[in-house]
Order: sequence, then structure tokens, then C-alpha cells
Amino acid sequence: MSNTGFFAILIGGLLVNNFVLSQFLGICPFLGVSKKLNSAVGMSAAVIFVMLMATAATHPIYTYLLVPNGLEYLQTIVFILIIAALVQLVEIVLKRFIPPLYQSLGIYLPLITTNCAVLGVTILNIDSGYNFLQSLVNALGAGLGFMLAMVMFAGVRERLESAEIPESLKGLPITLVAASIVSVSFLGFQGLFGL
Amino acid sequence: MANKYWQTFSKGLIKENPVLRLVLGTCPTLAVTTAAVNGLGMGAAATFVLLCSNIVISLLRKLIPGKVRLPAYIVVIAGFTTIVQMLVKAYLPAIDRSLGIYLPLIVVNCIILGRAEAFAGKNSVGLSALDGLGMGAGFTAALIVMGGIREFLGNGTLFGWPEGGIIPPITIFVLPAGGFFVFGMLIWITNRLSTKLEHKDTRKELTETVCAACPMAGNCHGEGAECHE
Repeated sequence: MSNTGFFAILIGGLLVNNFVLSQFLGICPFLGVSKKLNSAVGMSAAVIFVMLMATAATHPIYTYLLVPNGLEYLQTIVFILIIAALVQLVEIVLKRFIPPLYQSLGIYLPLITTNCAVLGVTILNIDSGYNFLQSLVNALGAGLGFMLAMVMFAGVRERLESAEIPESLKGLPITLVAASIVSVSFLGFQGLFGL
Repeated sequence: MANKYWQTFSKGLIKENPVLRLVLGTCPTLAVTTAAVNGLGMGAAATFVLLCSNIVISLLRKLIPGKVRLPAYIVVIAGFTTIVQMLVKAYLPAIDRSLGIYLPLIVVNCIILGRAEAFAGKNSVGLSALDGLGMGAGFTAALIVMGGIREFLGNGTLFGWPEGGIIPPITIFVLPAGGFFVFGMLIWITNRLSTKLEHKDTRKELTETVCAACPMAGNCHGEGAECHE
């Protein structure tokens, strides 16, 4: 896996192993925030941003701090702390220096700490043996894949609003059935690049 | 008194089942339930973390300052997740392989943080332990049911038995799409049953207390099945 080209990694994260629809990471925001297109885009942008930052922070710390000291088993604790601290930091920096961006991303940031997609991508990078650049590309692909799924699904849900649905299926059940059908379409990418 | 303890334990099983009623912890629910035994493994691992973190957080509830309680909870949960990870890797390597990345991801399972925030941070050790056990049992039960359905339809077997399967497999059910579909159907059935059994008012009250605890609450705007009224 470690010799996979950048393009293959990017497309792999975006389509073949789509985080939401094939790997079930980040389902909570996928179901929670995908109701309106604006918030879907805002949330995904925040996730891409944090995923890249988290990868840039966790990969060197794992490689140069944990591995030489034989502390690989601390991975989970260290990574979640880094992500939590990073999210706080990003929030403070954005608030101070780029208020317009803070206004649009701000409300989504605290939720990202408990978003399993972010922790997932940092752990997957290590597990797949990617080097630093490959990890960044993988994080970008995964983030874009998250955005693609969110935006596509926001469109589907806007149509669902006006559909006639039996009372007891309304809300979450019909959303999950729709997600299932969207997920079928992503099966078509399976086997692309032999990933 | 005994009644109170029983209620604390039993509410996680059906009335406030974390997966089917509160719709928390959806990621592992969908991801690992391709076979019933995976559901059991994930359920047991999460129950262990839930029980231990509930006990520790309840013991520390007077020491942890309010402002930093969430980071503190996360550290406790991450510690126990690491323990579970190492135990499973050492003694159940097959389960470790099939759960893969979802094992370390127990740390961001919102059921655990949700229970720490909603229950263990406010209640005595005994009650918190029972709450953790009950919620864990409800989580495990839901995962086994879902894993069982998907494994039976998608593979023709149940807990890997009988060899080769008894019905022609409908492969889609073990693929991601089948996961979403079965989960949707299960929630639909639970909703149907519960609207028949329960009074709407009690549902609403339940929703309010529960949504306040969920880290996603600011976000879901009463989105989930429970938060619907």
C-alpha cells in the first residue's frame, strides 16, 4: 500500500472507500447536518480543514515521538487529545483572525472532536503505512469524499421533504433507506484501481 | 430502593435503548454488524469501556472542575479504550481483525461520552455502574440483532452456523447499503411499536433529557427519530 500513487489515494478516499458510504465513519453528522445544503457544505469544509490539520499534527508525533520511544499503544489517547486541542485552537485562531470564516464554520467545530471520521483518518493513515505526504493526500481525499456524500445526500433529503411518506417511516427510517440507495451507487466504484 | 436500581439498569435495554431509541453510536452499529459475532464482540468491548468509564467518572465527579469535564471524560474513556484494544489484540486476534479500526474508535462513540455527561457525572458509583451495564447490554443486544439479520440474509448463517448457510445468500445485506437499509427498518419497527405502547408526552420528555446529553445536540435540531416532535 505504501507505494500507491497520490492520485490513486485521492480517488480511493473520495470514491472507492468513501468514508461515509462505504466505511461508515462520520454517520452522526451525515444524518444530523445533511438536511440543508448550506450547513452540509459548512460542516464538510470544517471537517476537511480539521482532517488536514489533524493529519499534519498526528503523523509526525506518531513517527518521531511515539515509535522511537516504544509508546505506540498510547496512539488512541494521544490522537484524541491532539484532535481535541487542535479543534479548540482552530476555533480560537479563526475567531481572532478570520471572523467571517469563524461565523460560517464556528458552530460546527466543537462537534468535530467527537466525529469519528477525523480520528478514523488519522488512525487509518498509520495503519496503511502512508508516509507524511501520502497521509495528507489521503486526508484530503477522505474529507472531499465526506463532502461529496454530504452534499449529494442533502440534495436527496430536500426531495424527500416533499415526498409522501407513511407516517411511521418519516424522519430517520426513510433517511436511512435513502442512504442505502445512495450507498448502492457507490458500490459501482468498487474495484477501481484495484484498491 | 431495589426498584430504583432495577430501573437504572433496565432502561437501557428497551425504553432508552441507545441504538434503536436514542440513535447514538450509529457508526459502529452500521460498520461491524456484517456478522452476529462481530456485533457481540463490539458490544462487549464497548460495554467494558462504558462500565469502567462510568465508574471512574462517577468516582471523580466531585474532583473534576465543570469547565474541563469533557476533556477529562475523553481522557478516561480513551484510557479504557486502549486497555480493551490491547486485551482484544492479545486474546481475540480474529475479533481484532474483523473490528479493525472501529475498536479504537470506541473512544468517540457518543453513547459513552453521552452517558458520562448525562449520568455518571451526576450519580453515585453504584447507579453509574448499573447504568453503564444496562446501556452496554442494550447496545450489545441491538448489535447482535442487526448482525444476526444481516448475516442470515447476506450469508445464510447465524453466528457462522451452519457451514455454507441454509438460504441462498443475498449479498447486498452484508454490503454497506444493506447496513443502512436494515438499520432503517429496525428503527421503523421500533418507532411503530413504541408509538403504540407509549404516550406521546413521555416520549417528548425522554427526548429532551436525552438530547441535552448528546454531544451532537446543538446540531441535530430534533433530527433523529426520537427528537422528532
